[in-house]
Amino acid sequence: MLKKWKGALFAKLIMLLFLLGSSPVMAAAEEAVVSRSQGHPWWFWPLVLLVVTFVMGVFAVLGGVGGGVLFVPIISGFFPFHLDFVRGAGLLVALCGALAAGPGLLKMNLASLRLAIPVALIASSCAIIGAMIGLALPTNIVQISLGATIIGICLLMLSAKKSTLPDVPKADRVSSALRIYGVYRERSTGQVIDWKVHRTPLGLCLFIIIGVMAGMFGLGAGWANVPVLNLLMGAPLKISVATSKFLLSITDTSAAWIYMHQGCVIPMMVVPSLVGIMLGSFVGVRLLAVAKPTIIRWMVIIILAFAGGKALLKGLGIG
Amino acid sequence: MMTDKPKPTVEAGPEQLRYASILEKGMYIGLSILFITFAIYALRILDPYIPHENVSNYWAMNVHDYLEHANIKPGWAWLAMLGYGDFMNFIGISILAGTTMICYLAIIPILLKSKDKIYAVLAALEVIILGLAASGILTVGH
Repeated sequence: MLKKWKGALFAKLIMLLFLLGSSPVMAAAEEAVVSRSQGHPWWFWPLVLLVVTFVMGVFAVLGGVGGGVLFVPIISGFFPFHLDFVRGAGLLVALCGALAAGPGLLKMNLASLRLAIPVALIASSCAIIGAMIGLALPTNIVQISLGATIIGICLLMLSAKKSTLPDVPKADRVSSALRIYGVYRERSTGQVIDWKVHRTPLGLCLFIIIGVMAGMFGLGAGWANVPVLNLLMGAPLKISVATSKFLLSITDTSAAWIYMHQGCVIPMMVVPSLVGIMLGSFVGVRLLAVAKPTIIRWMVIIILAFAGGKALLKGLGIG
Repeated sequence: MMTDKPKPTVEAGPEQLRYASILEKGMYIGLSILFITFAIYALRILDPYIPHENVSNYWAMNVHDYLEHANIKPGWAWLAMLGYGDFMNFIGISILAGTTMICYLAIIPILLKSKDKIYAVLAALEVIILGLAASGILTVGH
């Protein structure tokens, strides 16, 4: 009975958050894009940003995606900010999320430093290249590529399977030489699980692309890190998710410096977004216990697809 | 190639714990400073370089136009503008972005002590990469 009541309350709360955070605010955002922010007091946009990023933070946790991947397409699609500043803020949002989660994940030995170090070296170097490419290209080209990438992410989210404990018959030579293996305790069962990885050279090559995309679009890259670490390299799902989250603190750092030095950081955009996402994540974690992940995940995919389509149209000069 | 392969344990290794500890401190210090400086900026305790009312005139421009119209220089030039409420926020942001480099520097001695030369080299390379990004040498534009 209590569970049912909680479930109904949760559903209403989510609906309220969705309505509060999406429809009127998005409509106001679009309307004001047309009127070029005129007639609003200075605190209007930071406040709208705070509310929307709060909702985004809730959805990011419940939908199992990073804040950055929601932030860039939604904010660049529906707000009057130029993509340059949205990408700068998006990277800092993703970076702060990773910095907040990283220490705990490392201490629990869920994020593996041995797995992260070689991967991060490639991804962070390529994120610098991606940031430089993204800032050098004309905005409409980046916007079109962003839209296409977001729609690709939606397809990936729809199709990608996850493997809790992938079967890795034999570690490859590279991972053996680098000693990329470990042990962790599965808290739910108390079981101690040994893990190792394979197909390391191919995995490392894919992080070239992931790094470039993370830097180019300011998206964070958890959406790509996890499938590569888990499905391709065979790291257990928990190790993959935790290492991916920690990895963002390194990959996004290198790109964030490039964006910051180019002038793409406006504190009036960054800080409300950070606070909103962090508070939203805090609430999202508490709602996670009663959430229906499948419905939320579908909602996230729909919102992302909508934002991706909007970015695509904006890049083509239609939206 | 390493010949002696230490058996992994459920507990995180010393380099991982050192990294986590520094990352945690950097994150708390960076975020605290960022929130304090933003309050100073938003509450107009310190005058901003770009008045609050004018910020919305700039954020729709591309970054090149923004820098030109607002007469702001890219790179580390913000250090000379720390007296302004808006630029003061870059202290916290820089700490957040710089913590990872310190974490890497701190684990190199542990890796060398445990004769993990490959990882010590990889960590040193990462410091160079992050240092290069942080240096402001790499510039681009529309």
